Amino acid sequence: MAYSYGGGELLSEISLKLSPGSFHFLTGPSGSGKTTFLKLCYGALSPTSGDVRLFGQDVRAMDRDDHAMARRRIGVVHQDCQFLDHLPIADNVMLPLTVSGKDSIEHVADLKELMGWVGLGKRAGALPPTLSGGERQRAALARAVIMSPEVVLADEPTGNVDWEMSQRLLQLLIELNKMGKTIMIATHDLNLIRAAKGQVQARVLRIANRKLQLAGADL
Amino acid sequence: MSALLQKVRAFVAGDAQADRVVPPSGFTARLTSFAAGAMAFLAVFALALSLASGRLAQRWGDELARSSTLRISAPVEQMAAQTAAALRVLETTPGVAEARALSGEEQGALLEPWFGPDLPLETLPVPQLIEIQETEDGYDAAGLRLRLAAEVPGAVLDDHTRWRKPLEQAAGRLRMLGWVSILLIAATTGTMITLAANAALAANAQVIAVLRLVGAQDSYIAHAFVRRFTLRALLGALVGTVAGLLAVMLLPAAQEAGGFLTGLGFQGLGWAWPVLIPLLAAMVAYFATGAAARRTLSELD
Ligand SMILES: Nc1ncnc2c1ncn2[C@@H]1O[C@H](COP(=O)(O)OP(=O)(O)OP(=O)(O)O)[C@@H](O)[C@H]1O
Ligand SMILES: [Mg+2]
Repeated sequence: MAYSYGGGELLSEISLKLSPGSFHFLTGPSGSGKTTFLKLCYGALSPTSGDVRLFGQDVRAMDRDDHAMARRRIGVVHQDCQFLDHLPIADNVMLPLTVSGKDSIEHVADLKELMGWVGLGKRAGALPPTLSGGERQRAALARAVIMSPEVVLADEPTGNVDWEMSQRLLQLLIELNKMGKTIMIATHDLNLIRAAKGQVQARVLRIANRKLQLAGADL
Repeated sequence: MSALLQKVRAFVAGDAQADRVVPPSGFTARLTSFAAGAMAFLAVFALALSLASGRLAQRWGDELARSSTLRISAPVEQMAAQTAAALRVLETTPGVAEARALSGEEQGALLEPWFGPDLPLETLPVPQLIEIQETEDGYDAAGLRLRLAAEVPGAVLDDHTRWRKPLEQAAGRLRMLGWVSILLIAATTGTMITLAANAALAANAQVIAVLRLVGAQDSYIAHAFVRRFTLRALLGALVGTVAGLLAVMLLPAAQEAGGFLTGLGFQGLGWAWPVLIPLLAAMVAYFATGAAARRTLSELD
């Protein structure tokens, strides 16, 4: 699979299968295409050559409803966390349940627990624009996992938080992975990767020179 | 039908959660309500015009169709004979309910507005008029003319079709104009609501992106916008219709002399028609916003 935004190829000769229950880190220099790669992974972008399959389905053959259905199985944390700015953060975290017609009343306990875990228990009623960068990231992660999706793709989920909080967020993802969820985290933070390596079987992928490589033992 | 009703009820009741995903956008909201209200107000008048001109066309048709006039122009010495002959012909014509020669005084009264009260009618070669009342079915005007031509050479039959037809036609046209206006008003409302919906959709591209990210289907996103605009149009049109109806009710009461102008209102069952205006506005908004949302969502792919 390859991808280009129009100029030269940004990613080429990429071949990867995310097996269920696996845990991956994705690293690479800024601008190397980590975010682009994640977007290809959840179908926001289609490859310019080769093909991408989501749950066995070719993304190019999927219509918009198929994409919506696939996204309910994939929790995504964007690098620039996007929210509905007119709704309190708790409602934003609940959004995946709301749009899929799930009864949110049933999940109030989950929401409370999750918000507490990411340290937003007291900020549940705040509007997204009033949140700090780190708070937004935590909220984005909470939103990505509230539906207990099969796959979680997180783009720099710990970019703006302190070490302690980043450990908590990592813990959340590791717990999910232990429940059998597939996790991929794009990050620059080598300490985070080291911390994870002690607890899960994590593979580290590196984008360099447009290619995806398995990083060596130097980490 | 009950399935449809249920759908409508579910649509109006809505899902409070789903509704909130679209931010309350003040400007396009007010624009939609205002446009729907103003258009509903105009539609009330267009409707009143249609109904009034419909009534007028019918009244003119009814009144004039029932009567006609026979005019006999003959030398004074033959007048009585020809009048009698004409009356005989009319008595035996099927479709003529009654035929009556106007008296001298009656004819004088008809001419008075033009010549004054002291007209010496007896000394003037004024034609004799015979008033004819028709039965329901009416008579065969062409046949009657033929018989009169043979038996009463000085007789001219005026069955009013000459001037009744254009009047009826004018009223009919007026009614049609009313309906065309209503269609134009509906189309304009659709256009304005489409513009407002497009503006709202464009302003909310970010909202749409977030909703898609968390797995919202197009139908869900479209529905949130459609419901919002439909209810706004319904509300705006309701206010506009009530205002229009009040304005029509406050028109001076219909008087004989006022004729068409003051007859512009609703009568009897006609009052039920304006109820349809808000429903029509809601329907227009529903389809206009639905189309706009589908288009925008497929462009934002
Ligand atoms: N929509 C776009 N159109 C054109 N070029 C783009 C677009 N998005 C990203 N790029 C370019 O593609 C390259 C890779 O971008 P990407 O966001 O994937 O990098 P990244 O590895 O996530 O970087 P970072 O670590 O800074 O987040 C960059 O050079 C960027 O400028
Ligand atoms: Mg990035």
